[in-house]
Amino acid sequence: MKNLATILTSLSFTLVAMQYANNAEAIEVQEIVKQTNHNILYQGDDGKTKIDMRIIDSQGRERTRQLTMLRKNLDDDDGLQKYYLYFSKPADINKMVFMAWKNVNQDDDRWLYLPALDLVRRIAASDERTSFVGSHFFYEDVSGRNIDEDVHELIEETDEHYVVKSVPVDASSVEFEYYINWVDKQTFLPIKAEYYNQQERVYRTYSVLKVEVIEGYHTIVQSQMEDTLTGAKTILDFSEIDYDIDIPENIFSERYLRRAPRKYLR
Amino acid sequence: MKYIRYALMTAFIFLHSSNIAAQDSEPFLTFTGFVESRLGFRLQDDPHEKDMSIGEIRLQLETEKYFDNFTFNLAFDLVADTVLNRYQVDLSTGEGAVDLRQMNVEFSPLDFMDVKVGRQILTWGTGDLLFINDLFAKDWNSFLIGRDVEYLKAPSDAIKTSMFFDSINIDLVYVPKFSADRYIDGRPISYFDPVSGSLTGSENPLSVDKPQEWFEDDELAIRLYRSFGVFEAAAYYYSGFWKSPAGFDMTSTKALFPELDVIGASLRGPIAGGIANVELGYYDSEAGAATNALINNDEFRLLIGFEREIATELTLSLQYNLERKLDYADYKISLPQASIRDDENRHQVSIRLTKMLMQQNPQLSLFNFYSTNEKDGFLRLNASYKVSDSVKIEAGANILYGKDRQSFYGQLENNSNAFAALRFEF
Repeated sequence: MKNLATILTSLSFTLVAMQYANNAEAIEVQEIVKQTNHNILYQGDDGKTKIDMRIIDSQGRERTRQLTMLRKNLDDDDGLQKYYLYFSKPADINKMVFMAWKNVNQDDDRWLYLPALDLVRRIAASDERTSFVGSHFFYEDVSGRNIDEDVHELIEETDEHYVVKSVPVDASSVEFEYYINWVDKQTFLPIKAEYYNQQERVYRTYSVLKVEVIEGYHTIVQSQMEDTLTGAKTILDFSEIDYDIDIPENIFSERYLRRAPRKYLR
Repeated sequence: MKYIRYALMTAFIFLHSSNIAAQDSEPFLTFTGFVESRLGFRLQDDPHEKDMSIGEIRLQLETEKYFDNFTFNLAFDLVADTVLNRYQVDLSTGEGAVDLRQMNVEFSPLDFMDVKVGRQILTWGTGDLLFINDLFAKDWNSFLIGRDVEYLKAPSDAIKTSMFFDSINIDLVYVPKFSADRYIDGRPISYFDPVSGSLTGSENPLSVDKPQEWFEDDELAIRLYRSFGVFEAAAYYYSGFWKSPAGFDMTSTKALFPELDVIGASLRGPIAGGIANVELGYYDSEAGAATNALINNDEFRLLIGFEREIATELTLSLQYNLERKLDYADYKISLPQASIRDDENRHQVSIRLTKMLMQQNPQLSLFNFYSTNEKDGFLRLNASYKVSDSVKIEAGANILYGKDRQSFYGQLENNSNAFAALRFEF
């Protein structure tokens, strides 16, 4: 009996130790993903950026969009955020406003303001993986993909990068099989992400083209999403970036859809 | 022709001056806008109207200017309309060579208050091209002949005061002189005239007696609104007049805009992966309306809608709309012999499908209204394609149909049309 007890005890120790080892790694990759998600979307309490978008099709034809984005964090734990997107170009969307309250565990709330009609429309939550304003970026690429929607695995670690493979928990909700993200160890910003299809081929590539330190925050100032199979792509340039500018929460309301908050958009 | 030349010259000067100004770092005014040509034809003969349903060149110029806390907005169209061929400017009806869309100033006299004074476009309510508590002016002609949907909204000369509090927000709109719809009067849309009992059009435009006294024939519209979680609730009040002719005076043989008060409410929010809305309104028509069949009855109006994305970039919107006469028994009694009798309830359903293709540049949309009791409807088809950032082409059709020529949509059958447009934006 004593022997059996010893065996059981040592066995349980071994199990605990093994579990601990697994947890340690799991925590680490989870931390990487969490920190990266934070650095892309949640730096500062709030922020402003101008975005110049160039949408280039496979034949090189270019279309542009210009907008100013305001963002405010409403949760210390990288949860609820409110977004205000004021479009200025091209002319047909001048003064149009898109507003989203990003919820973590439920659909976002979205509004669109059409100035010519003075109309505030509530818009139905769409498939997160459809084009954002006609670009090659998806809504989810802009507002962030919930990190719990994928299972993450650290597949490689180099001197400069963590290489993380992410597999969707619910494969039917997305068009990719998995994606691989190269994260810079210094900045915890992605360098590149490749999305793989069922044939295990890369069909979509996200690249960070330029990073700058702005007000102490490592900030992506140019990025690109490419349709790898056709060569069509969208390039985003971020400028006039400002963090911690004390945007009041009520800016993200119907009042300011109808009357743009110039003070914060300048 | 003289007017067209004048319009184009003015446009040229504006564009030219804004270009010159743009060379400075801070131009005094920068204009945005578009120039478009739009051409459409009736799909059948209409003995009362021209074959051409729309034929116009339109230049829209828009600018805004800030001085401290004041924002000035100006937007106007210069129009050469070859169907109506009228160039005499009438700013209240939008007829003629100039349609002033916006000319207003916005400011915030108090932290919690915004004020907008002047000519402006006003919209509220939850319907999709159906309106219960939005009693601001509409342009039904534009809507039927295939102008861009922004022209469904006609401007109002108004003072809008908005107040924002923690628990509730209030909008107060005062229109000192009644701002009617740009209603159907036979030009360029033919319609059924119940007096003559036949279809009529441009040869005999509707003659109206419109309330026109400043500060006497005024309108007041109020909205109270707030959110409950993700649901948006609103209560509405309106005091003014029926916005399109809703009565008839036998002695003067003129159409009337009887007095109207409306109270209503709406609720909108996310349900089942989409957005649902419900809106209702009680229309209190002029005193004596109940027993006068020539004046619109009191009505109860209801709208229920639901919209959601049903496939990638494909959105479906469904609506049900009820208009119920509240003094139907009296109405029936007061109706002159042998005249056409409306049903007590008008039921209407609508469906809208919107599909976007390749990077959202081409867009297809289908919108059909259908009344289940009147057996008539209105089908709107539209396809547009953005050739580049500044060039958009568009084609569409407005198909009106019905069993009876006196029903709401059925009377408009001869106006069914198809159109195409080319727009350059700057």
